Amino acid sequence: MDDARDRVVLRILRKDRPDGPSRWETFAVAREPRMNLISCLLAIQQDPVTIEGTPTTPVAFEANCLEEVCGSCSMLIDGIPRQACSTLVDDLGPTIELRPLTKFPVVRDLVVDRAAMFEALKRIRAWIPLDGTHELGPGPRVSERERIFCYQLSRCMTCGCCMEGCPQYNRRSAFIGPAPLAQVRLFNAHPTGAMIAGERLGALLAPGGIADCGNSQNCVRLCPKDVPITDAIADLGWQTTKELIRRLLGH
Amino acid sequence: MAQEKPRLAVVGGGLAGLMATIRIAEAGYPVDLFSLTPVRRSHSVCAQGGINAAVNVKGEDDSPQIHFLDTIRGGDFLADQPLPFGMCRAAPALIHLLDRMGVPFNRTPEGNLDFRRFGGTLYHRTAFAGASTGQQLLYALDEQTRRFETEGRVQKFEGFEFLGIARDEEGTCCGLAAMDLRSGEIRAFPAAAVLLATGGCGAIFGLTTNSKDTTGSAAGAVYQQGARYANGEFVQVHPTAVPGGDKYRLISESVRGEGGRIWVPAAPGDRRAPRDIPESERDYFLERKYPKYGNLLPRDIATQEIFRVCVEEGRGVGGETAVYLDVTHLDRKWVESRLGSVLDIYRTYVGEDPCETPMKIFPAVHYSMGGIWVGYGRRADGFPDPHDPRTHRTNIPGLYALGEADHQYHGANRLGANALLACIYSGTIAGPAAIAHVESAGRHATADAALAREGWRWREHFDALRARDGDENLHRIHRDLGKWMRENVTIVRHNKALAETDGKIRELMDRWRRARVPDRGTWANQSLRFANQLWNMLVLARVITLGALARNESRGAHYKPEFPRRNDAEWLKTTIATAGSDGPILSYEPVDTSLAPIQERTYG
Repeated sequence: MDDARDRVVLRILRKDRPDGPSRWETFAVAREPRMNLISCLLAIQQDPVTIEGTPTTPVAFEANCLEEVCGSCSMLIDGIPRQACSTLVDDLGPTIELRPLTKFPVVRDLVVDRAAMFEALKRIRAWIPLDGTHELGPGPRVSERERIFCYQLSRCMTCGCCMEGCPQYNRRSAFIGPAPLAQVRLFNAHPTGAMIAGERLGALLAPGGIADCGNSQNCVRLCPKDVPITDAIADLGWQTTKELIRRLLGH
Repeated sequence: MAQEKPRLAVVGGGLAGLMATIRIAEAGYPVDLFSLTPVRRSHSVCAQGGINAAVNVKGEDDSPQIHFLDTIRGGDFLADQPLPFGMCRAAPALIHLLDRMGVPFNRTPEGNLDFRRFGGTLYHRTAFAGASTGQQLLYALDEQTRRFETEGRVQKFEGFEFLGIARDEEGTCCGLAAMDLRSGEIRAFPAAAVLLATGGCGAIFGLTTNSKDTTGSAAGAVYQQGARYANGEFVQVHPTAVPGGDKYRLISESVRGEGGRIWVPAAPGDRRAPRDIPESERDYFLERKYPKYGNLLPRDIATQEIFRVCVEEGRGVGGETAVYLDVTHLDRKWVESRLGSVLDIYRTYVGEDPCETPMKIFPAVHYSMGGIWVGYGRRADGFPDPHDPRTHRTNIPGLYALGEADHQYHGANRLGANALLACIYSGTIAGPAAIAHVESAGRHATADAALAREGWRWREHFDALRARDGDENLHRIHRDLGKWMRENVTIVRHNKALAETDGKIRELMDRWRRARVPDRGTWANQSLRFANQLWNMLVLARVITLGALARNESRGAHYKPEFPRRNDAEWLKTTIATAGSDGPILSYEPVDTSLAPIQERTYG
């Protein structure tokens, strides 16, 4: 298994506990046709031995759907935040470097805690204000055009790649980050969701809101689901301005 | 002073668990919601094609009654009929509810909900959001749950693994034990009722269309604690998936619903590229043999026909159990708007464009019709009663099961796009039924002792696992289990091979007892939890295999060449497995056929 055509070499940044030291470990696994990175991590899990032949603990990682729809397996792959399930080793060099995302606390190895993203969804009231789940007849009529717009935004799988790439989103700043901003755009576009649009915009006018966006455009480039994040943010700029004027006029 | 209301526990944050959570929170009861993962990442996200409801917006005279009859026939008449009857009647209102929640369902030019065709029916009955309907439905329920969370009515325990229930001296379920997957700490939680919405058990078959977390471990755990497991032998093999080293990726039935066609080269051994094979030398075998339903047969029949063509007639693509699924004749823009995310999966993992080259697809294990046995109470008009504590209750008082984890609704074969519906419907009725139990049951006098006992039991179990020295590898055991199950307990089943497989599983259980956990730590120890899951998988694998061995007939997804016909005289009955000291003890119960007549099942 010495040839690069027969094996994949993975250099992985490891950490046993959140407060522990980090270390690099290198592994080699047998290369398969059209193999993704999850298959490599599963091979390491089965035989946790480094390339030097030293037994070690299995590398901890988060993954679930394995088809780029659940958002679990985000990590830095050769420095780029992406999903391990949809990254094929043939598209990368002979040695692949894996690190945990840096904008979220590390739990262990490649597992990070993205609770901040779900907390942000609470802050921006990312839901339709339903009267209840009892029978109330059909929902509002929606054109297919509006539906497509909402669907694009609704494909966000809270994976955190946009947050990782955003220079403004970091531990020294209160910025809410690009993913939740796109969700404000989504819920404000829905006829019922729009009924509490002002509350969502209020959250974006608060510290850490939309004014902190530095317009680097990294978010939209890194999004694995092509969510039109920057278009959403641009539109929210208008929405928040109007909301501010409305508030100033006391309406 | 108002007495504080008792807490209920929901385990699993997919569609079923979230719907039950919402219903319970709406009724004013506090909910503890346990999930392996942030609930937004649950396996329900993988559902692609859509959700059935006979809203009848296409001028076809569809009705909930026809939907019900299609469902019963699709399940080869093995399903108890009252719950699917209630489900199909409730479906149109549930679609409107989901629409009100903001699910971006595809629309008609007039702005109405659009519906597509799916297998096992002749009607346009499937509402859809592109080809990631499960994801969109899950997000809507996740968002409503988050709203209750901010109001303090739901407390989430994400990153917790269910280990088992606690039962008081009367045997009533009074709480559960769970492991914090970060700290490794094992905690016991009191609960006035426990609702298991923990999904299917695909991982028993190794490589499947299921997510990694879909192990069936929770179901296996309560089975070992006395819960009955029903119809385990009925496992759906989906006709269309793409193999990979880590999983089989589903290519949705909606591809055929939108006009995709299945074919093989007419001549065995034809190795030409698919586009070089002219129409006259292709065999659209499903359309040829079933002109009425064509490519939209129920999955069990489509899969068995694929097996016949590929294995018995030797005409599989490239000599494998593979066929072409072709959309190259359809308009690219239109196909993208309705199937985009599914075609993206094929592009990513296979590296070819399905709009240019026919997809090469394989059958793969997809869904468990069987599951934890649950019953139901009925109203005078025949509908299941959501306020009867027996509805969706297991044989253990206070323990409920719903979604894919239960055994109801689908009989011997599930129709496409009925899973999302059954998950959501079962949540809407299991929640109120569990509340009815809580309101009728007294206080758990002995709960504290039972909870403490369960906590100790599991701590000792994991300490022993962690300390164990052995030469066996847990993942190799799992790989062997999957291989044996896929080879012998899927599309075609022979009694000799089933008996050998049961022997093999027992051997794997012995190997499990000698397996070493390669991580001795407590913090975020993924090997330790896998060791526990694997045992529960092995236990359920025996239930599935022995259920299949005993059932000497062919019905739905269960096909035995030695017994090629359905045999209602002897086998129109529900398999019930109970855990005994030497393995599963099988017994049988009659099927409730009070609402639809038993007939021949044909799809000419």
